[in-house]
Amino acid sequence: MRNRFFNSWLATVLGMLLAAGAQAETVMKIGYLKVDTPRPPVLSNLDPVPEDLGLAGARTGLEDNATTGRFLGQTYTLIEDRVPEGGDAIAAAKAMLAQTPFVLLDAPGRTQLAIADLKEAQGALLFNASSGETALRSENCRANLLHSLPSDAMRTDALAQVLMQKRWTDLVLIAGTHPEDLAYVEALRRSLTKFGLKLSDEKTWAFDADMRRNAAQEVPLFTQDFGDYDALIVADELGDFGRYILYNTWQARPVVGSEGLSAVAWSPVMEQWGAAQLQSRFTKAAGRAMMPRDYAAWAAVRTLGEAVTRLDSSDPASLRGYILSETFELAGFKGRPMTYRSWNGQLRQPIAVVHPRAMVAQAPLEGFLHRVNELDTLGLDEPESKCEAFE
Amino acid sequence: MNKLTAALLCGASLTGPALADEIWVTNEKDDTVSVIDTDTLEVVRSYPTGERPRGIIFSKDYSRVYICASDSDAVQVMDPETGEILHDLPSGEDPEQFVLHPDDRHLYIANEDDAITTVVDTQTRKVVAQIDVGVEPEGMAVSPDGKIAITTSETTNMAHWIDTESHTLFANTLVDSRPRHAEFAKDGTELWVSSEIGGTITVFDVTTQQELHKITFDVKGVHPDRVQPVGFEFTEGDRLAFVALGPSNHVAVVNAQTYEVEDYILVGRRVWHMAFNADRSLLFTTNGVSGDVTVIDVAKREARKSIKVGRFPWGAAFRPTP
Repeated sequence: MRNRFFNSWLATVLGMLLAAGAQAETVMKIGYLKVDTPRPPVLSNLDPVPEDLGLAGARTGLEDNATTGRFLGQTYTLIEDRVPEGGDAIAAAKAMLAQTPFVLLDAPGRTQLAIADLKEAQGALLFNASSGETALRSENCRANLLHSLPSDAMRTDALAQVLMQKRWTDLVLIAGTHPEDLAYVEALRRSLTKFGLKLSDEKTWAFDADMRRNAAQEVPLFTQDFGDYDALIVADELGDFGRYILYNTWQARPVVGSEGLSAVAWSPVMEQWGAAQLQSRFTKAAGRAMMPRDYAAWAAVRTLGEAVTRLDSSDPASLRGYILSETFELAGFKGRPMTYRSWNGQLRQPIAVVHPRAMVAQAPLEGFLHRVNELDTLGLDEPESKCEAFE
Repeated sequence: MNKLTAALLCGASLTGPALADEIWVTNEKDDTVSVIDTDTLEVVRSYPTGERPRGIIFSKDYSRVYICASDSDAVQVMDPETGEILHDLPSGEDPEQFVLHPDDRHLYIANEDDAITTVVDTQTRKVVAQIDVGVEPEGMAVSPDGKIAITTSETTNMAHWIDTESHTLFANTLVDSRPRHAEFAKDGTELWVSSEIGGTITVFDVTTQQELHKITFDVKGVHPDRVQPVGFEFTEGDRLAFVALGPSNHVAVVNAQTYEVEDYILVGRRVWHMAFNADRSLLFTTNGVSGDVTVIDVAKREARKSIKVGRFPWGAAFRPTP
């Protein structure tokens, strides 16, 4: 568990530093690299994607770090860069790595891998704050790439635990065709197998009609031949058609997955465990509600801040070692200390299962046991992960 | 309180106004305070407050009760006899916890949303000072001699030591994650700070601000992550500390001399803060999730009763018979 000896040693060292007034100036530059990707059109434009998605979370995290740093002679700055669609992400990454080894990546998984493999990135500490791709935590993992956003597998495991608990064991699926949807479906299948849930039927959503006009006519027919089932899972990670499924199914059944009852890293409906304070701090600064990617960026920046506070060092190798150790813990407003998985660099965290107006449950749910840490019932546990880059 | 007095008080309460001692509890999500009679262990009154009441404290002569109405951005001053709100004090934004200086005049208030500690003069009703502290200040304490005030900050993970003369920080000491509550002990020679996510209490030597000891907890059958120390109080002579352990639903009994944990007492869900009765034979804990107050028999170290109060009870304060 927690290393008491190390903690007290640390406190002593820090205490001496403070008492002596010999505050070492630690300067932390943290980079945020956003790589814009083409966004396919969606049926409804009710919920535009915020321009500063993710970035706003990093800024709040930086403020939190800076306030703490004031008392310890540590300063933090955020270097922001944005690569437009079709721009040279690799050149931008190189330029950023020339300024700091600590970089948050808001980019597709393959771009993140290309950046992590750069000569300039060896010895750097990168954070994936945008991609849920399970492979990045498994066969495609990189030692210099940690993950503050939960993997798709963590989210689908959380959802599966709730389905289990509610005994909604007979399920059907409607999936979109975007790569994100397919990745979600893949994670979902793994989770359903893991928790012994049955997928009775599945359909692909390939309509190109505008559902705002005729969802009420289309969806009942589309879902009629599912027959009976307990819950309908929607895989629509871009928010295209899912919103038109609810209350339009042939059978009166709950809708879960990307729409309806969803498993998320963060949601505006979270208020327990001090979450209300983070929400209000974020909303005051960003002028909008905090979303999962904002939270992931916040958590990555706070991870660095917490490690610098405790180590009083800005050496990437020392910080990486400390962050992956059992001594590290991050208070993430989700009711439990958050730590990193030593086998793939994934931030362990509770996953909220929410509908748009309230939290329904928080996974891991009671009764889902693990021999070491119940949080590891979510996502790739040590024996499952094919990651070999981490010792 | 001896049995005869208790019997007399019970008898008296049948005919006249309540004369027993009381425990006042703020209900965070009901915007009320519940008043519990310490003899009958029943809720005898409740009064409306501002929005999201949390910290609660009485003036020295118990003629005033101060209540942090967090979402009203005010400290409310209530007449405990009538429940009437007399006036609001300026408090800075989102006051959460506070402490009354031994001068009975100055309130030190943690402004959770603003990373500030506000000092308010309750007589002139003016802000005397605002001190920059860490992110999400929460725990507040003042030394018995009134010279030192403490603010703990939940996200910065520090105890900030404030010189009450100059209203400046003279030390900042790191503790484990999410410090929630601070108390001076043993005539002001020790400072205890609980860390909710860290799962520990750090004991500091006040003279040197150095860590003396770290107390850890281990509740049988509860995952260590859910053992989250929050509020705590000391028995007579600071012999024992009773420590609320949040979602583990237990209160720990710590020997304050050896720092050993001697017992764990099962209480309501998500136990938060607490207050003793007059002779400290009974301890009243607020249980946020179950919406009740557990009464602990201090000598027997067991729960005696649970009393339903409002939604999300948060703070607790003792008021003797008027």
